[in-house]
Amino acid sequence: MTKLADNINPHIYEKGTEREITASDLDENVVDEIDEREIFDLIRNINDPEHPLTLEELRVVEESNISVDNKQNTVDVNFTPTIPHCSMATLIGLSIRVQLLRALPSRFKVTVKVAEGTHASEHAVNKQLADKERVAAALENNNLVQIINQCVAIK
Amino acid sequence: MSKLELLQTLNGHKGIVWNVSWHPLGNIFASCGEDKTIKLWSKEGQDWTIKTVLVDGHQRTIREVAWSPCGNFLASASFDATTAIWDKKSGQFECNATLEGHENEVKSVAWSPSGQLLATCGRDKSVWVWEVTGDDEYECEAVLNAHNQDVKKVVWHPTMDLLASASYDNSVKLYKEDKVDSDWSCVATLQSHESTVWSLAFDKTGERLATCSDDKTVKIWKEYKVDNQEGVIVTERESTWKCVCTLSGYHTRCIYDISWCHQTGLIATACGDDIIRIFREAEDSDPNAPTFELICTKLEAHPQDVNCVTWNPSGNKELISSSDNGEIKIWKFEE
Repeated sequence: MTKLADNINPHIYEKGTEREITASDLDENVVDEIDEREIFDLIRNINDPEHPLTLEELRVVEESNISVDNKQNTVDVNFTPTIPHCSMATLIGLSIRVQLLRALPSRFKVTVKVAEGTHASEHAVNKQLADKERVAAALENNNLVQIINQCVAIK
Repeated sequence: MSKLELLQTLNGHKGIVWNVSWHPLGNIFASCGEDKTIKLWSKEGQDWTIKTVLVDGHQRTIREVAWSPCGNFLASASFDATTAIWDKKSGQFECNATLEGHENEVKSVAWSPSGQLLATCGRDKSVWVWEVTGDDEYECEAVLNAHNQDVKKVVWHPTMDLLASASYDNSVKLYKEDKVDSDWSCVATLQSHESTVWSLAFDKTGERLATCSDDKTVKIWKEYKVDNQEGVIVTERESTWKCVCTLSGYHTRCIYDISWCHQTGLIATACGDDIIRIFREAEDSDPNAPTFELICTKLEAHPQDVNCVTWNPSGNKELISSSDNGEIKIWKFEE
């Protein structure tokens, strides 16, 4: 039996435009620091585990909920589950974290959290996502890694 | 001006190095991690080098290693749900016993001071006490289900069979055996941390305990015995443990490990902000409200999280640390 999605009829938003390439982007003499838009581009196309839609289309991730500090080497991503009881929140958070761990230089400390007030078990989900030992153990589980790889694969 | 002088950087592991453990003599240490191997290091001339690599003992990450007090046995705890016991009775190190019972990840293993007992803990929320019953024989003495979340670390009192555990449920628990019916039970719960307690360390007397947490604080706990002079109320003829000091405002991320040197009294911490910090108790410190001073901050000790710190048991002020990027570093503390 296939399990019905938690949110069977989610609101779908339009995709944003691609990043505009400016003259300074092409100038080899200008350092291009990693910015919010770059992080957003890394995670906007992650697939939702339950729908054939991206996290951007479901507005689970938004550029305005990302902050980057290149001095402190921190990246903070707040994501918004489509419904407060979404059972997939941990999996979505883990997919975002894995994608960023794989894509970003190791100097960055990545924090992925449920945006404040958007999930019933916000605290529990955040604590689990922040526990690197649990994340490390989860990433040794082949079934789970397969599911995450499907989420982060570009379709 | 005190400082941590880097003696050597060791790059033998691939991926996260979770833990390092000094041999009781302080001339060998073992390391383990994500690459599922255990490496034994000793000094050749001035340099620490790999002497032995133990492979095939575990199917998944090895989270912690621990030398027995006699120095003849090495225990390793793994995410594969088992704890392996290694010895070199045959001339070279071999796994001669495997302790099975935990449902999933084993996160910590520790030998009691006599070497007759072993404790393990894990994600299944339980703490197990094992007795060494003979050559390569271990029997489960007790399964303690006092925590309601995964248990991160177990540590024994330095001289008695008193066991302490730290958990994701934000608490620390102490256990001992009732000599009348030889039943193990939880005798104290230490509650004050506001997030996961990752590690803990007794001082040399065993009457104080230092704990470190995801709440970015270190706490010092003091034992008040049944006949204490301070008038602290104790119940059911068991000591009361009180938090007598909180070190906050120093660490900026989760604190993964803490080591309390039994010779020098120095406390070292391993933090997710890549920094190693050293604290020392002030000379005029009040036993009931002690003061600890931050005397050394090693910025960028590693390029990633510091997972483990441990003082050389010989008291020579050597400290080992390990990190997510496969690095192990040997430091010397100098005043």
